Amino acid sequence: MNRIAAYRVVAALLSGAIFGFGLALSGMLNPARVRGFLDIARDWDPTLAFVLAGAVLVSAAGMALVRRMAKPLLDSRFHLPETVVIDRRLIAGSAMFGVGWGMVGLCPGPALALLSLGLPAVVLFVAAMFAGMAAHDRLQGARLWNRA
Amino acid sequence: MADYVSALLGGMLIGLSAVILMLANGRVAGVSGIAGRLLHGVQTATGTAFVVGLMSGPVFFRLFFGEWPAILLSADWPLIIAGGLLVGYGSRMGSGCTSGHGVVGLARLSRRSLAAVGTFMGTAVATVYLMGFFQ
Repeated sequence: MNRIAAYRVVAALLSGAIFGFGLALSGMLNPARVRGFLDIARDWDPTLAFVLAGAVLVSAAGMALVRRMAKPLLDSRFHLPETVVIDRRLIAGSAMFGVGWGMVGLCPGPALALLSLGLPAVVLFVAAMFAGMAAHDRLQGARLWNRA
Repeated sequence: MADYVSALLGGMLIGLSAVILMLANGRVAGVSGIAGRLLHGVQTATGTAFVVGLMSGPVFFRLFFGEWPAILLSADWPLIIAGGLLVGYGSRMGSGCTSGHGVVGLARLSRRSLAAVGTFMGTAVATVYLMGFFQ
């Protein structure tokens, strides 16, 4: 591994750690809170809307600055999705994802972050999640847009 | 700290993490994409580093605040398995999840991500609503 590639690994580690700490601070790691946020028709807990608001605000400001750069600090180009069409796969997949998220209150980021707590229910969820991913890629093809 | 303040600060850190990954590596901080590529042995060094970092988050929280973040997961095992399968399958089919479409896609004003977020928020809200009749 050359030096730049090693720096990329460090950047990914740092990004993941800040992401995980942010999830823990925000309340997003708690499935009961997430389901309370989604329960808009009964006793809605709107606080987690602040998580998305804060994240998108900072992300949008940062991305606007990054967009002016010719390339990222540690790579020769940006790796961004090129598809622009809103197709059936996008909508059907997102619909399925939302059903699973609502059922349990976990999405991939919090589920992986919570592995460090060693809860059997979370380990089971992550195993099922990877099985679902593998099943999709077996049946539909992997279609990894940024394989390079 | 009031709940909405920690929610806002936590959200801002998540946004910062996405900016760091784009600024340094030129990559989208999308957890389902990173996990999916790990499954195929693609970008394993950076992918593993990101996931290890993600898992260290609650540990840093504990070092900082002296307790683990509060967790209440009430779903029983069949529901957890079904939910995990749907989250995994759906996020691959829809090319992203809450982080890739929600945090990065919306910030980049991607129409695809806006459609994805509207769809999964809608079905998640509907799922919680319908399940409420059986509890």
